[in-house]
Amino acid sequence: MEHVVEGRAWVFGDSVDTDNMYPGFAMKLPIEEAAKHVFYDLRPGWTDEVQAGDIVIAGRNFGIGSSRPVAELFKALGVAALVADEFNSLFYRNAINFGLPAIAIPGVSAAVPDEAPVRLDIRAGTIQTLDGAVSLQGAPLPDFVWDIVAQGGVFKKLVADGYVRTDSS
Amino acid sequence: MTMIEKILARASGSDHVTVGDVVVCEVDMTVLIDLQFAMMWPPPTRIADADRLAVIMDHAVPAPTVSDADGGVRARAFVREFGVERFFDVGRHGICHQVIAENGLARPGEILTCTDSHTCAGGAYNTAARGLGPAEVYSIMCTGKTWFQVAPTIRYDLVGTKPDVISGKDIFLHVAGAYGDATNHNLEFGGPGLASVPMNDRRTIATQGAEVSADFSTFPVDELCRDFLDAHTDRPYEPADSDPDATYAARREVDLSALEPYVARPGRVADNAVPVSQIDQRKVDQCFIGSCANGQLEDLEIAAGVLRGRKVADGVRLIVTPASQAVYNQAVKAGYVEALSDAGAIVTNSTCGACFGYHMGLLGAGEVCLTASTRNFKGRMGSPDAEIYMASPRTVAAAAIAGHIVDPREVTA
Repeated sequence: MEHVVEGRAWVFGDSVDTDNMYPGFAMKLPIEEAAKHVFYDLRPGWTDEVQAGDIVIAGRNFGIGSSRPVAELFKALGVAALVADEFNSLFYRNAINFGLPAIAIPGVSAAVPDEAPVRLDIRAGTIQTLDGAVSLQGAPLPDFVWDIVAQGGVFKKLVADGYVRTDSS
Repeated sequence: MTMIEKILARASGSDHVTVGDVVVCEVDMTVLIDLQFAMMWPPPTRIADADRLAVIMDHAVPAPTVSDADGGVRARAFVREFGVERFFDVGRHGICHQVIAENGLARPGEILTCTDSHTCAGGAYNTAARGLGPAEVYSIMCTGKTWFQVAPTIRYDLVGTKPDVISGKDIFLHVAGAYGDATNHNLEFGGPGLASVPMNDRRTIATQGAEVSADFSTFPVDELCRDFLDAHTDRPYEPADSDPDATYAARREVDLSALEPYVARPGRVADNAVPVSQIDQRKVDQCFIGSCANGQLEDLEIAAGVLRGRKVADGVRLIVTPASQAVYNQAVKAGYVEALSDAGAIVTNSTCGACFGYHMGLLGAGEVCLTASTRNFKGRMGSPDAEIYMASPRTVAAAAIAGHIVDPREVTA
């Protein structure tokens, strides 16, 4: 996995909850369909604008709420990584365990302008706007977390280790 | 060490852990829920230990969609193939945290994981219990292990005696309103006032730790807890109380005797809950009492007590969901269901349904709901244009009678 990604930043506020990203009604839909409802109320129409490689940025307490696999929806939309001032720990673990990088960089949501092109170094925990105006450093991703992300999430490892039946879906 | 530090140290084979440490732990009990089988279930080739696993049907029962029904088919095939004895199928089911409590699956000093964010409920029984994502829970099912990073702990010392009119919900809402979220922190409760807080209220408080974004939420094993465990587990256990020199990120005192009935405004509970007396008498369209937090027998008893001989106001729907089939049966035998039903409430089967806006009792645009459940996020229970206030079962039952949010002491006086 590339540890440096470039894309457009989509900036959200504090305490964005999981019901806003994966609403109850969307849990009845296949992943590709459910993905069309991410931020359905907070930012209607966003899923038509987001492009592969884009980065979602949020403020404090990002992802408070349930264990529903929001990361699967972001991945279906092509989102390359999540960055926040601070993550809810269940949401953070859920993201990396599905192979979606999540990097805490305090101050990021106030510093990076919405829709700004940015460069993110997932491993080093750094983000810059491509115009050079903003450059921030978070904590580097611990090696074992990077390993989970780099292999595409825990599930890929379980498949590789022979824990998952691959002859049926 | 704090309670959580002690449990994580023990489970990782260490003498001592400190904030920031990453530890790999054996997990004592893992619970799979129906949604996992409906949404993400390639069958495993092998699992770590069928005796450290339970399967509980709760979120979508009886199946409201074909996809959920297919999940049930997969769940039943799985428990048969792997000999999982702790299988709580529809009819002996319940919301997983209630079933966990009834069957002694959350035990002092142990680690419990499950694919539901309110798994921290098990902290009422001195368990390091927390919700994890479906991929991670699947991984624990296969390997028996996972990792935790030791978070700093906030300690709440309860003092004074809890008045009868005050419930665990009011205590929690007070804490959430006064101190805000606890993201990336553990919560630990204790102190002399705890003796006046019964186990059901402790579980409400522990459950709602997820609503202030806490990692773990734990209580010590005292006499009340031992009495509960004596009735629900027959295996010996080793409690993990905090040391007198444990280090806390913050230490806060809550005087239970001074608390009033609380209500959370729509959207969140952190920094958003106030005494009922401080908000407008908002008219309500729907009232809900249920969920892992407030569908316990004691919650239904309180609601029945408020509603017995009274009527749900015109224009108000009151939905009551017992937390398990066992609670439902007990509530029938105790006459609570009759009292609620006579008053005009709808008593449903046990399920997470209405709490997470998945099936039954959804809200339409412009409606106002007062709920005694887990979560008041925008859109949680249906339309994002509905408002969800949150309060205790007593306050919700009172609002159902009055037709608006009201201090329950005004209705039952």
